[in-house]
Amino acid sequence: MKKIEAIIQPHKLDEVKEALKSIGVDGLTITEVRGHGRQKGHKEVYRGMEYEVDLLPKIKIETVIPDARLDEISRTISAAARTGKIGDGKIFIYDVLEAIRIRNDDTGEAAL
Amino acid sequence: MNRFSRISFLLTAVCAVQCMAQTVPTTDQRLNALEAAAKSAQMAGDNAWMLTSSALVLLMTGPGLALFYGGLVRAKNVLSTMMHSFVLMGVVTVLWAIYGYSFAFGTGNSFIGGFQYLLLNGVGGAPNPDYGPTVPHQTYMIFQLMFAIITPALISGAFAERIKFSAMLLFTCLWSTIVYFPMAHMVWGKGGLLNAFLGGKIPCLDFAGGTVVHITSGVSALVCALYLGKRVGFPKEPMKPHNLVLSLTGACLLWVGWFGFNAGSAVNASALASSAFVATHFGAAAAALGWLFAEWVRHGKPSLLGGVSGAVAGLVAITPASGFVKPFPALLIGFLAGVVCFYMATTVKSKFGYDDTLDAFGVHGAGGTLGAILTGVFATNAVNDGLKDAAGKALPLGLVDGNPGQILNQAVAVAISWGLAIVGTLIILKVVDVLVGVRATTEQEIVGLDLSMHGEEGYNLEA
Repeated sequence: MKKIEAIIQPHKLDEVKEALKSIGVDGLTITEVRGHGRQKGHKEVYRGMEYEVDLLPKIKIETVIPDARLDEISRTISAAARTGKIGDGKIFIYDVLEAIRIRNDDTGEAAL
Repeated sequence: MNRFSRISFLLTAVCAVQCMAQTVPTTDQRLNALEAAAKSAQMAGDNAWMLTSSALVLLMTGPGLALFYGGLVRAKNVLSTMMHSFVLMGVVTVLWAIYGYSFAFGTGNSFIGGFQYLLLNGVGGAPNPDYGPTVPHQTYMIFQLMFAIITPALISGAFAERIKFSAMLLFTCLWSTIVYFPMAHMVWGKGGLLNAFLGGKIPCLDFAGGTVVHITSGVSALVCALYLGKRVGFPKEPMKPHNLVLSLTGACLLWVGWFGFNAGSAVNASALASSAFVATHFGAAAAALGWLFAEWVRHGKPSLLGGVSGAVAGLVAITPASGFVKPFPALLIGFLAGVVCFYMATTVKSKFGYDDTLDAFGVHGAGGTLGAILTGVFATNAVNDGLKDAAGKALPLGLVDGNPGQILNQAVAVAISWGLAIVGTLIILKVVDVLVGVRATTEQEIVGLDLSMHGEEGYNLEA
């Protein structure tokens, strides 16, 4: 099993969700996060006080998938989240040791 | 005609004759009755407007100022900042009832009133001919109380996010007593040094409180900001306003409430009140645009915060002038206030590096001073003919009436307000510091005053 962690632009969330749904990925977890990579921040001015805002709002999508579908799913996310500009985000992939369904103690890929 | 109707006709006729004999009044009686009716009709109209105005002025403090200031601080200080406004609705009211009104409006010397209205003794339904001949004295008292509430609340913009609550309470009680009550007496009290209408030696024109309210609070705010020092992390750490939606809401409530503040200062529902209402609105509108454009030129973008700050600055500057100037000078005063206060709250503040957290000085001190001086320029007896010579002819008011000397009178009043505010506030801060300590500890400040002073948080969104 693999865990995919994708940091994407907030306005791309719906497209990514739709794309994943269309290839049958049912389970995912979303978190609102803030951060930056190579993208520069922006300037805000309140009564003459200037603030550099470099931690920008992003969405983190997490989903755990069977090893066999890794390529297909990561490509789907990447394609759906892409605008071609700096700030589109990144995808990280981890090995998962075990998955347990709390309702009935299913384990492994059966629990996904 | 049958018998029955003949009798009833006779009865009616007799009755009518009797009634006429009893009730036909003499001409004098009818005139007296007419006068009494006219007087009571005027009192009813004036009193209705003045009670409405009193409520509008209270609305400026809560929720107006509380929202305006509350939105400008960080989320961890929203409640404490709102508390600084709200609690004064209680504290100053009690002071006012016990001795405040008497110290401000009782007959005393040139600088402070006396003990005659202590515990509101003698302040009832009968009008006070000096202050408001057509409204109950009690109405005038409660209207003035609302001014006494908002003035110290304005100062809280300078010490927000770092003052101890107990210090804030003690400071406010002393400040009202030592700075506000005397200043109100000097400008509006009978026999006050600066009262143009009731026998002042230096006749200052201050219709609704440019000196009494805005200079005293704004200058005291600067003293507080300097005395308390900067907030932990200022100006390196970002301290963005946490909710400008609240600030916009509060500023617009201030704008509406200000109609009571200025037009109510006519103390009747006359054409003068209408004129002050118009000037107030025009001043606010032009100032909003003034700040907005200055900011647009300077920083490249016009911000909502800039627009509402400008509106408040314009309302401040038009306050002393509102009952003396025509609509177009009001537009001009407002526009100038928008630009000048923008400059004060941005360039001047960052140049000197003081942490006037919410720009109480930049807006109220600077706007109040500008407005007080410009009142001496644009005041005209075409708007307000309350000052008359022995022959009953309206005296010239400001420079536009050919009375340049009024600018000097205004400058003296400004200097006295600045002086009293600086000296009074410094002494009070020293005393409060010795008694309870003025500033919150660094830990309390980092946690936020909401939790450390009040044990609560403004936003429990997951609760």
